[in-house]
Amino acid sequence: MDRRSFIKTSGAALAGTGSTLLPLSALAADEIGVGSIHDLSGGLDIYGKPMVDCLTLAIEEQNAAGGLLGKKLKLVSYDPQSNMQMYAQFAQQAALKDKVAVVMGGITSASREVIRPVLNRSKTLYFYNTQYEGGVCDRGSFMTGVTPAQTVGKLIPYAMKKWGKKIYIVAADYNYGQITSQWVKKFAMENGGSIAAIEFFPLDVTAFGPTIAKIEAAKPDMVVSALVGGAHMAFYRQWAAAGLTKKIPLASTTFAVGNEQIVLSPEEADGFLLSYNYFENIDNPENKAFKERFHKRFGADYPNITELAAGTYQGFKLWAEGVKKAGSVEIGKVTTALESGISINGPSGKVTIDPATHHCILNVSVAEVKAKKFNLLQTFQQQAPTDTSAVCNLQKNPKDNQQYVIKV
Amino acid sequence: MDLALIVVIQVLYAVAGLVIVSAGLAVIFGMMKVINLAHGEFMMLGAYATITAHGLGLNLWLAMLVVAPIVVGLIGVVLERLVIRRLYGRMVDTMLATWGLSLLLVGIVTSIAGNTTAGVSAPLGSFSIGAYSVSAYTLVIIGVAVVLALVIRWVLMKTSWGLIARGTMQRPEMADALGISPSRVYSVTFAVGAALSGLAGALLAPLTGVVPTMGGAFIAKAFITVIGGGPAILAGLVSASALFGAINQLAAFLTTPVLGEVALLFAAIVMLRLLPQGITGRFFKGSL
Repeated sequence: MDRRSFIKTSGAALAGTGSTLLPLSALAADEIGVGSIHDLSGGLDIYGKPMVDCLTLAIEEQNAAGGLLGKKLKLVSYDPQSNMQMYAQFAQQAALKDKVAVVMGGITSASREVIRPVLNRSKTLYFYNTQYEGGVCDRGSFMTGVTPAQTVGKLIPYAMKKWGKKIYIVAADYNYGQITSQWVKKFAMENGGSIAAIEFFPLDVTAFGPTIAKIEAAKPDMVVSALVGGAHMAFYRQWAAAGLTKKIPLASTTFAVGNEQIVLSPEEADGFLLSYNYFENIDNPENKAFKERFHKRFGADYPNITELAAGTYQGFKLWAEGVKKAGSVEIGKVTTALESGISINGPSGKVTIDPATHHCILNVSVAEVKAKKFNLLQTFQQQAPTDTSAVCNLQKNPKDNQQYVIKV
Repeated sequence: MDLALIVVIQVLYAVAGLVIVSAGLAVIFGMMKVINLAHGEFMMLGAYATITAHGLGLNLWLAMLVVAPIVVGLIGVVLERLVIRRLYGRMVDTMLATWGLSLLLVGIVTSIAGNTTAGVSAPLGSFSIGAYSVSAYTLVIIGVAVVLALVIRWVLMKTSWGLIARGTMQRPEMADALGISPSRVYSVTFAVGAALSGLAGALLAPLTGVVPTMGGAFIAKAFITVIGGGPAILAGLVSASALFGAINQLAAFLTTPVLGEVALLFAAIVMLRLLPQGITGRFFKGSL
C-alpha cells in the first residue's frame, strides 16, 4: 500500500467513524424534550422525588391530550445526586447534547445559581419551581415558587396576632436561612414586634441542647424556624423532648417541605404554623382532580404531595401554556408569550406569571400542623412577589441578570 | 440559679454523650489498635436496628438496650472474620479497609431503607427546674454513661475474661503459649466494641435524625476523644470526655453550638501539643 492510498482509505475510515462519534440526540424528530434536573438520590432526595413524580404526571397528561404543537413530549431526567458539580454537568448536557426545550430543576438556591448561568449561555429556557428567598432577576428564567414577601409576610403577622410580639429565630446557615431570617426580622419590626435573637446552624448540627436552654432563658412569645434537612429535624425532637412544644409556639418557613410532619409524631409537631402556596388539602375542584390523578398514577398510599411537587406541576403547566400561545418552543417566542401574563388554574388555585419579575402571582395559605396533616386557617388570594418587584423590572431592563439581596 | 443547674445538667449530658459515642471506639481502636473508620456506621446500624425493632412493635427500651447491641455485635463478628482479622498489626491498612466498609454499609442501608430521615420520639417526657424544662431522656443518657463506664471497669478489672483480653492485646504470642486462642479473643473483643457502638447509635436515635449517613457527624468526635484520652482505655475515655464535653457545652452556651464545636477542636489541638501521649500519657498513669 503506498502512502497516497493509505491516506485515502484511512481518511475515509475516519470520516466514517467521525459521523458516528457526533453526539447523538436522545430525542426523535417528533419529540420535544423537557429536561428535569432534580436530586433523586443523596441528602436532598426527599425534596426531589415528589418533584419529578409531579413532572412525570404533568408530561403524561400533556401527551394524553395530544402533546404540544403536534409533537409528543419526552421527559429527560437527570439525577445530580445532591452534588453541585453534577448540576453543572447535567445542565450542559441538557442544553447542548440533548437540546431540550426547557429545563425544570434545581432545589436549593445554590444549585439554581449553578445551572442558571449555564442555561443562560446556551440560551435554554429555565424554570425554577421551588419556594426560595427571592430576588432573582433574569429574563431567561422563570421562578414560579413563592418568595418571602408572599409567605413570611403573611405568616409572621398572623403568628404575632395569635401569640405575641417577641420572636426567637433559628435558621439554617446558608443563603436561604440567612436571607429568610432577615425577612422574618423585617416583617416582625413592621408589625411592632421584636427579635430576641437569631441563631444559625450548619446543616449537620444535631445538638440543640444549649440553644433550647437559651431560648427558654430569652422567654420569647414564639420561635420561628428556617431549619433545613434531616439533621435539623433533631431540633424539633429535642424541643418536644424538653416539653416546650406546649409552652412556646413555633412557626416555620421550611417545615413540611420535606414531609417532616410525617416523620415526627403529632405530639411533636401539632400546632406549628406554616405558610405556603400549596397544601394537600386545599379545597378546590382542580386540586381534588389533581390529587385523584396523582394517586391513581403513583399509588393511593403516597404520603403527601409537597409544596415543591405541586409547584413543579404548576411550573410545567405555565410553560405548556406559553408554548401553545407562542406556537413554538423557541426561547424568545415562549418568553414573550409567558410575559403576556399567562395564567393557569393549578392545584393551588390561579397562578399568573408576573411579566416584570418572571415570578408568579398566586394564592398563599397559612395552616397549622395537625395529626400529620394540615389544618388550613386562612387563604390570601393572588399575592404578588412584592419583594422581587421592588428591585427587579425586566420590562424596563430586559438585560438585567442578577440576584438582588434585598436590604431589610 | 435555675440556669446554673440547667448548665450543669447540659454539661454532664455532653460529657455522657462523648463517653457513649466513644466507648466502642475506645475498645476497637484503644485496645485493638484497629483504626475503625466504620465506627460511625456501626452506630448508624444500631440506630436502624432500634427503629426497625420498635417499628415491629417491640418495647423501645428493649430495642435500644438489647436488640441494637446484639445485632451490631453479630455484624461485628462477621466483619471481623471476613475483613479485620487479616489486618491485625497493620494500622494503616485497617484504616483503608474500614473506610471501605463504612462506604459499603452506608450504601447497603441506603438501598434498603432509602436516604430519608427516620426516627423515634424521645421517651419519658420532661420535667421542670424553675422556669426551664429538661427532657428526662437527658438524665437517661447521663445514667447510661455512668453505668457503662462502671461495667467496662468491672469487666476489665474483675473478670478473668478482662484479664485475658488485656493480656492478649499486650502479648498475643505469650497468650497463645499459655493456651489461649488469640484469634478468638480478638474476635470477641471486636464484637464487644461493635456492640458498644451499636448501643451508642441506639441511644442517640431519639435525639437526632436517623439517616444512613448519620455516622459522619460523630466519628471525628469519637476519634478525638479516644486519642485525647491516651493509652489508658477507661481513664482516658472518661477524662477526655469530661474535658472536651465541658469545653464544648460551655462554649456553646456562651456563644453558639458552632463555636462550641470549634472550641472542642481547638482544645484538642492545644492539648495534643502539650500532651502528645494524651491525658493518660501524663496523668493517671498505670490506671486502666
